[in-house]
Amino acid sequence: MPRRVVRRTRSSITPETQAQIPIKVKINGVEYSHTVEPRLLLVHYIRDLVGLTGTHVGCDTSHCGACTVLVKGLWGDDWLAVKSCTVLAAQVDGKEVLTIEGLAKNGELHPLQRAFWENHGLQCGFCTPGMIMAALGLLLRNPNPTREEIKWGISGNLCRCTGYVNIIKSIEAAAKEMREKGVTV
Amino acid sequence: MYPRKFEYIAPNRVEDVLRLLRKYRDEAKILAGGHSLLPMMKLRIIGPNVLIDLKNLRDKLAYIRDSGRVVRLGALTTHAEIEQSNTLRRDIPLLPEVASLIGDMQVRNLGTVGGSLAHCDPAGDWAVAMLALDSSVAIQGERRRVIPISRFLKGPFTTALRPTELLTEITIPKPPKGHGWSWKKFERKAGDFATVNVAAVVIPDRRGTVKKASIAVGAVSPVAYRASAAEIMLRGKRPDSELLRRAAEAAAEPASPISDLRGSAEYKKWLTTVMVKRALEEALNRAGISVEVSKHA
Repeated sequence: MPRRVVRRTRSSITPETQAQIPIKVKINGVEYSHTVEPRLLLVHYIRDLVGLTGTHVGCDTSHCGACTVLVKGLWGDDWLAVKSCTVLAAQVDGKEVLTIEGLAKNGELHPLQRAFWENHGLQCGFCTPGMIMAALGLLLRNPNPTREEIKWGISGNLCRCTGYVNIIKSIEAAAKEMREKGVTV
Repeated sequence: MYPRKFEYIAPNRVEDVLRLLRKYRDEAKILAGGHSLLPMMKLRIIGPNVLIDLKNLRDKLAYIRDSGRVVRLGALTTHAEIEQSNTLRRDIPLLPEVASLIGDMQVRNLGTVGGSLAHCDPAGDWAVAMLALDSSVAIQGERRRVIPISRFLKGPFTTALRPTELLTEITIPKPPKGHGWSWKKFERKAGDFATVNVAAVVIPDRRGTVKKASIAVGAVSPVAYRASAAEIMLRGKRPDSELLRRAAEAAAEPASPISDLRGSAEYKKWLTTVMVKRALEEALNRAGISVEVSKHA
C-alpha cells in the first residue's frame, strides 16, 4: 500500500501570501464583501461582481479615462480620481469607492450630471461617466479652476465625439453651482 | 486584460516587506502606485508570482520633509503630492513642475516618485530631475545604504537595488536661492512619455556669470545622463547664444536614441540639442543671467 503523502502547503499553515482574498469595499455608501483573486481589477470588480455597469471599460490601458472612479483612503484620506483599470480590487479593501451611480441624491442629479445634460457635454455618452468622475476629482481639489486648469484636469480622459468644448463648458457651469450651493460629492 | 495569476500580500511593517523580499527574491515584485507595474503585468510583459503591496506603509513612507539644507521625499510620495507641495514650490520648484507634467491627474494621484525611480524606465521623468539636482537615494535591505542617484540608475529598467532591497527615501539638496531651473519635456501628446526630457539648474554668482550649471537628459539613451561636457563649457561664463548652441550640441553628444514611434534616431538627437538649448535659456533667464545674441549664432 502506497505511503500516504501529506503535502503541507504554505497556505495550509499560516497563509502569508494569498491566492484568494476576502475584501470589503464601500461603494456609493453600500458595503460589499467578496472573495476575489488578487489579479481582479477594480473596474471588473465594480462591473462584474457588484453589478454597477455605469463605469466603462474603454482602452483598458490607463489612457482613456472611461473607467475613472473616486477612491477614498487608498493614498491618503481625500477622494482621489483613479483609473479603475489600473487598480486592483485588492488595493481598495477597506476603502471607499464612488462611481457615477453614487452621484444623484434622492432622484436629483448631481450638478455635474445636470450641467453635462444642459450644456450638451456628451454625444454618444461612452466617456461621460469617467469624464464626470474626473471632473469631480478635479473640482474637489480645485473648486474654482480656470479653463486651462480644467483642460489639464481632464487630459487623461478621451472623448471622440464632442471636441471637448461643451465638456469644458459643463464643468465650468457645474463648478459655479457647486461653489454657490456648497455641493461636493 | 488580466495579469497572470499571482499571490498577494500587503504588510503593515517595512521589516515584513524586507523579510518577504528575502524569502521570494526575484519571484516577488513591489507594488507602490502601480502605474507602471500593473500595465506591464496586464500586457504580460512581466508576471511576478508574488505581489507585495505597500499600501499600508503610506504613513511611514509618504512624506515631504524639509530638513534645512535638503528636502527628503518618502518613496511613496505621489506625483500629485509633489505637484501641490508648498515647500517644494518655494525651495525646489523644478520638482512640482516635473510632477505636474507626468501622465494625467489620475496617474499622478496614485503614481509614486520611488516607484518611478525603482522602475527606471529610460523615458521616465524623475531620474532626469533627480540627476540634475544631485539627489541621493536611501535603500533599505539588511543594512541601510545611501547612494547618489547617478550610481542608482544602471540601465533600462535596471537599478542598483538588489532583489532583497527596498527604495525608501530620496534626499534632494536645496539649490541656493536665486538659482535658475528649467524642465523641458517634449511629448507627442498630453500625458505621453517624453520623446526627450531635459532638466537644467543654473546657479549664478554675484557677477552674473554661471557658477554652476547642471544639465540632465533623458529618453534618448539607455538611462538618463548628466551632460558634463556642456556643464564644464558653461562654468564661469556669461554665455552668449553661440556658447549655448555649442553647449547644447555637447549635451546631445552622448545621446544614443532609438528610432521608434516617437521619431527617428536622427530626429531625436537633433531634438535633444533644441531642448537643451531651450532649457538653458530658461534656466539662465530665471537665474538673472542675460544671454547676448552673438554674431555667429
